[in-house]
Amino acid sequence: MSDLAIRNVGMTSAMDATTTNSQRVAAGLKGRYAAERRFKAYGVLAIAFALACLMLLMWTIVSHGYTAFVQTMVRLEITLYPQDIDPDGKRDRDVLSTADYRTPIRQAVADLFPDVQGRSDQRQLDALVSPGAVFLIRDMVMADPSIVGKRVSITIPVSDDLDQLNKGYINPNVAEADRKVSDKQIAWFQRLKDRGLIETNFNTILFTMGDSREPELAGLWGATVGSFFTLAVTIALAFPIAVMTATYLEEFAPKNRWTQLIEVNINNLAAVPSIVFGLLGLAVFLGFFGLPRSAPLVGGMVLALITLPTVIIASRAAFKSVPPSIREAALGLGASRLQTVTDHVLPLAMPGILTGAIIGMAHALGETAPLLMIGMVAFIVDIPGGLTDPATVLPVQVYLWSDSPERAFVERTSAAIMVLLVFLFAMNAVAVLLRRRFERRW
Amino acid sequence: MPISLLLAVLVALTVAGFYMGRSRALAGFGGKAVKLHSLPAYYGYYVALWCGIPALFIVAIWLVFEPSIIRALLISSLPPEVQSLPANRLGLVINDVRNLATGNATSVTSDPAMRTAASYYAHLKFVSQVALAILAMCIAVVGIVFGRQNVKPEFWARNRVEKAIMVILMVSSTIAVLTTIGIVLSLVFESLRFFARIPVTDFLFGLHWSPQMALRADQVGSTGAFGAIPLFAGTFLISAIAMVVAAPVGLMSAIYLSEYAPRNVRAIVKPLLEVLAGVPTVVYGFFAALTIAPFFRDSGLMFGLNISSESALAAGVVMGIMIIPFVSSLSDDVINAVPQSMRDGSLGLGATHSETIKRVIVPAALPGIVGGLLLAVSRAIGETMIVVMAAGLAANLTANPFAAVTTVTVQIVTLLVGDQEFDSPKTLAAFALGLVLFCITLVLNVIALSVVNKYREQYE
Repeated sequence: MSDLAIRNVGMTSAMDATTTNSQRVAAGLKGRYAAERRFKAYGVLAIAFALACLMLLMWTIVSHGYTAFVQTMVRLEITLYPQDIDPDGKRDRDVLSTADYRTPIRQAVADLFPDVQGRSDQRQLDALVSPGAVFLIRDMVMADPSIVGKRVSITIPVSDDLDQLNKGYINPNVAEADRKVSDKQIAWFQRLKDRGLIETNFNTILFTMGDSREPELAGLWGATVGSFFTLAVTIALAFPIAVMTATYLEEFAPKNRWTQLIEVNINNLAAVPSIVFGLLGLAVFLGFFGLPRSAPLVGGMVLALITLPTVIIASRAAFKSVPPSIREAALGLGASRLQTVTDHVLPLAMPGILTGAIIGMAHALGETAPLLMIGMVAFIVDIPGGLTDPATVLPVQVYLWSDSPERAFVERTSAAIMVLLVFLFAMNAVAVLLRRRFERRW
Repeated sequence: MPISLLLAVLVALTVAGFYMGRSRALAGFGGKAVKLHSLPAYYGYYVALWCGIPALFIVAIWLVFEPSIIRALLISSLPPEVQSLPANRLGLVINDVRNLATGNATSVTSDPAMRTAASYYAHLKFVSQVALAILAMCIAVVGIVFGRQNVKPEFWARNRVEKAIMVILMVSSTIAVLTTIGIVLSLVFESLRFFARIPVTDFLFGLHWSPQMALRADQVGSTGAFGAIPLFAGTFLISAIAMVVAAPVGLMSAIYLSEYAPRNVRAIVKPLLEVLAGVPTVVYGFFAALTIAPFFRDSGLMFGLNISSESALAAGVVMGIMIIPFVSSLSDDVINAVPQSMRDGSLGLGATHSETIKRVIVPAALPGIVGGLLLAVSRAIGETMIVVMAAGLAANLTANPFAAVTTVTVQIVTLLVGDQEFDSPKTLAAFALGLVLFCITLVLNVIALSVVNKYREQYE
């Protein structure tokens, strides 16, 4: 019974198919084309989403960060009375470097506002200018001791809160308790502005100074130098080792278990989380070998291990793309196997290897987590002078600044990211150019 | 003599060795190279290798062992009551001595015992450097002399040099293996020390994580709890959210780019997606904390939802955005590897383009796609900076994406950043977490790579 029913159904559907096949196809076409359009739209949507994220990311960074490239300054007439700075009059460097430069600044500000009385008001008045201004004046005096006793006109940064006010990030219309600057400070700032003493200059401090707790004095130069030293170590270690490994594996290694093990190993290392390499650096380089903490040397070594697999894989691809006929020709003319590689294959593979190396370095430049493990996250004011000096790098500086509570550090973090991204794009552009310029189709 | 200067001298000696070897080879036949076995330069390389390699080897060995030997000598010179201090206090004392010797002012400048120790330390350092410099230069010179003696016209210099270079190449290819061994050994060694204090089962199956240790032995209620389940759950939650974002978007954009997009669209969109891949993770972390997390919190408030400002959702979504190009490029590869004949067959039978993709190409590419997704999961699990900056520190055991959770990598960072003694369970716990992380990602990678490779072979 059931068997019969099935046969019946089968027969009727088969008959339907023979009679109305093209009609059925035509009836279904509309829906199928709609599905086709929907599917295509999903693809477009996916790409639009990804690109929108990229745009949003870039826009966030740029819109938050562009204001960090200017800094609000105030022009002060400062009288450097010798009795404050150098009572002995010997212009001794030790005396000059530890002298009290706060008093002249305070005096200069007070001169602008003779009507301000009372301790709390004066403290608020002092807070108008950056507390780091003393260092700028000290450096000026150290550079030219003859200005002691003279009246100098100098622009110094205002405090970070006033800078944020001037840039419009602090709304003066909210309740006084809810913002970092008081009503009086806003009024004084307005008076300074009316007198034309406030200037907005290009923020040279951001590019020339080391880190600081005061946002208006914090700069990226220390981190840039640290990044440079670290990457120098990375490339000095990773590039030769990667090229030698790739040469060996592609050109000389016998196909046996050991070679296979090395290959599997390299592929797996490429996918190990970078923070694990940081743990390795902490346990082996710092713990076992006793190398200094926070040093670009150790950071560079860890980053070299991280980038090694990437560069090896890229180099091997470059070796593979050199056709065997080149090798056969060289060998046929009597070159040894090593001469074949060093004189013919390696030069031809070099553009590809360099491209891979640059991309690897770009990754290393953006790497943060492993460097946190080996102590490159310390607060370091001085510009590092060597491979073993404590240093930090650009991405870690971004992390440190993003952690700071001051409002002014938000724009500086974004500016630091912009600087980092500029370096990264420049490196990637070089890699792309290299590839375009030297790429050969055999 | 500073190390950099010593290295410069050694390099100069090596270059000199090259010219001396070459000139000797040439001089042997009155300046004619005709009857030499090898090209003259190979005799130079031969001498240079003899000069440079042993000397650099000695320098490396010396630098590896110098700190520990000087430290031991320094400790034995310290007064006995200092020597009997516990290891971490002793370390502080030695740091003070070092700082004093390098001229940095410390709190102990006035202590006469410390001053003698510092001058002894400086003396040891000086002796070590001078001894190293003399030794290394002697070895270099001996190497030159020895190498030069071997230089004779019938000497097979090229074969020797090539053999030496081959050995160097082989040694450098083992560095990758050594790295893995180093990772495994350091993680296992430190983890074993951790498990000697905290049982493995407590760590792997414990439900409570609060690694605060007592500062004093008699303190109450702060023995620390090292149950890692909340961390694994948090890591899993954030990775899952990331994959929910990245998998469909990455896959669909790969399908669109490889199957539909005109050539010029592809030429623009692909590099832009690569830009997304090239952005450092710290930037994503900042983006998550500055833009995405407040956005989710505010929109949650609009719907009456209480979304934490460190929600798993924000960290996961941003991590997903980061992984999109990774998924997309891997899927692109495997989709392109599907033979054209399969597409043509399906289209020839009257299937529409999307039907071909859904019924033929994706099933054919499925192993590769799954492998790529597994690699993406392993990357999400190991990702650090986004979660450090956007996810929380509190170890909540929850599946609620609006709550704050913490992850394995966040805890590794918080346990290890800052001043810590190297021996406390707190720091050792980071290595145990690292070991778990390493094992999980390793397993995922091995599975993914073998799946992808098998798939590739299928169509090659």
